[in-house]
Amino acid sequence: MKPDARPAVPRRRTWLVAFALVFVAVAIGSFALGDYPISLSQLFHAFASKVTGASADNTVQLVVFSIRLPRILAGALVGAGLSVAGAAFQGLFRNPMASPDILGASAGAGFGAALMIFLGMGFAMVSVSAFIGGVIAVGAAYLVSVRARRSPILGMVLAGIMIGSLFNAATSYIKLVADPNNVLPSITFWLMGNLSNVKPTQLAWAAVPVLAGMVVLFASRWKLNLLTMGDEEAQTMGVNIKVIRVLVVAAATLITSACVSISGLIGWVGLVIPHFARMIVGDDNRYMMPVSMLMGASFMVLVDDLARCLTTAEIPIGILTAFVGAPFFLYLILRRGGRL
Amino acid sequence: MTLEVKNLNYFYGRHQVLKDVNLTATEGQCVCLLGANGAGKTTLFRCVLGLLTGYRGDILLDGDNCRELSVRELARRIAYVPQAHSPAFNYSVFDTVLMGTSVLTDVLRTPGEAEGDVAWKMLETLQIADLANRGFAELSGGERQLVLIARALAQQSRVIVMDEPTANLDYGNQLMVMGQAKHLAERGYLVVLSTHSPELALLFADQVIVLDKGIINVSGDPKTVLTPAVIDQTYGVTVELHQVTTSWGDVPMVVPNASRHAG
Repeated sequence: MKPDARPAVPRRRTWLVAFALVFVAVAIGSFALGDYPISLSQLFHAFASKVTGASADNTVQLVVFSIRLPRILAGALVGAGLSVAGAAFQGLFRNPMASPDILGASAGAGFGAALMIFLGMGFAMVSVSAFIGGVIAVGAAYLVSVRARRSPILGMVLAGIMIGSLFNAATSYIKLVADPNNVLPSITFWLMGNLSNVKPTQLAWAAVPVLAGMVVLFASRWKLNLLTMGDEEAQTMGVNIKVIRVLVVAAATLITSACVSISGLIGWVGLVIPHFARMIVGDDNRYMMPVSMLMGASFMVLVDDLARCLTTAEIPIGILTAFVGAPFFLYLILRRGGRL
Repeated sequence: MTLEVKNLNYFYGRHQVLKDVNLTATEGQCVCLLGANGAGKTTLFRCVLGLLTGYRGDILLDGDNCRELSVRELARRIAYVPQAHSPAFNYSVFDTVLMGTSVLTDVLRTPGEAEGDVAWKMLETLQIADLANRGFAELSGGERQLVLIARALAQQSRVIVMDEPTANLDYGNQLMVMGQAKHLAERGYLVVLSTHSPELALLFADQVIVLDKGIINVSGDPKTVLTPAVIDQTYGVTVELHQVTTSWGDVPMVVPNASRHAG
């Protein structure tokens, strides 16, 4: 047997490069789309003038850098973030049905946001409160699970579901008592998720926890492979499972809470994008994680293009992700005969 | 590498699972642990592997107390071969074996060229290199067990603990896996495994340890230790031991009195 029979690492790297190119193409295309059409040459000149300092069309500059760039970056950040958090939780819980909101992060963030909208606060406060709500929910679930020594994973998931349902009930109560003429619609609209309110400063603030979490998850991606074999096996292979569990939960929670704080609740992506990635590059987190990030970023930017271009009024992106993605996923299940 | 267990006691709540267990095993030995279901075999292994820490007594590796070794240090000295299972995710055989090399590198590194070479060498050692690109989930039970042994070898530790490596395997694969365990012992590893078959222990073990309700009933050379009386005490089965002359030499054989259980 010659060493050339070894697994096809180059092929998996090719997929990585391919999805990076797809993302770049989607991002460039998204600059062109919108109420104010921008050609590729206008786009090129706008970026060139930023670099060289040459004078340029002010309207184009405004649309490209103040309106579309933040939105594309936000879509990419949220899509990549939710996907990588979902991929990490699926590995940690050894369950391909896990999603980023499994420990209550989204429920906590939804409550934090609804409370601030109810109190009449601006978007910045709503974001901060959503972020804190998400972190508190998962923190509480984690603290409960520490007491469940016999089966910490099951304890954590059950605690997360309970705490999530508490926060959801609290959100429902706020919706019940909110003014149905103006406050309730804005809460509902926020909970459905959209990227139309994202401002560059909020984006910059949200990017810090998201990128920090991504660095941690990326560094742990090989250890996550070992962890999917089971806690005991991972430990006998030298993995300090308690440390890695805390790191992964903390990183995924920071990412999810920060994403939800600027985008509102966007389900589906964190559960299903990692599955698409698994279908293409397999379960190995070394490749599945980066491919998930690129696919999630491309998908979210693409769906956001639809959200802002499909109709004159903005469609909440949280609705569109499922409308666009679920039929495609069903098609894959049918075509592949359940070989997921 | 010498493994010493001294006065090991373990309780699950009030229930004592291991009582004053003492044993010594050195490299080059294939040690078989026998005992009925619930006799404490798995608990003993979990203590030795550092998965259970609330035990009384000491477990020493070359004189170093396992309690004081970190998870990584322990994994560099003892590798674990679990029962062949179906993992939640499907990794290739090569990547599965590569997981064993994690103890060789820095904590945050992903395996590189050198670790790949180690994994590949272990696949060749066990003559399963042709499986490298297959998915672990698509293998048969016997093949999975070999892959898990290769993964343990990739840790490059001198002690290998196998939890019922022949469970759920067919007749031929049971002998094949035991043969591999024996072969590893001959190459200088200390192999400690549990089995439910006194017959396999007679054929392959250098040392047997018989656990009965958490106490070591007997231990030593299988041919002197595994008497019909001991087997009756352990399993409640009446047997006769015979030396059978075959064309490949004299072979010890356990013949159970099946009629006692038939009616």
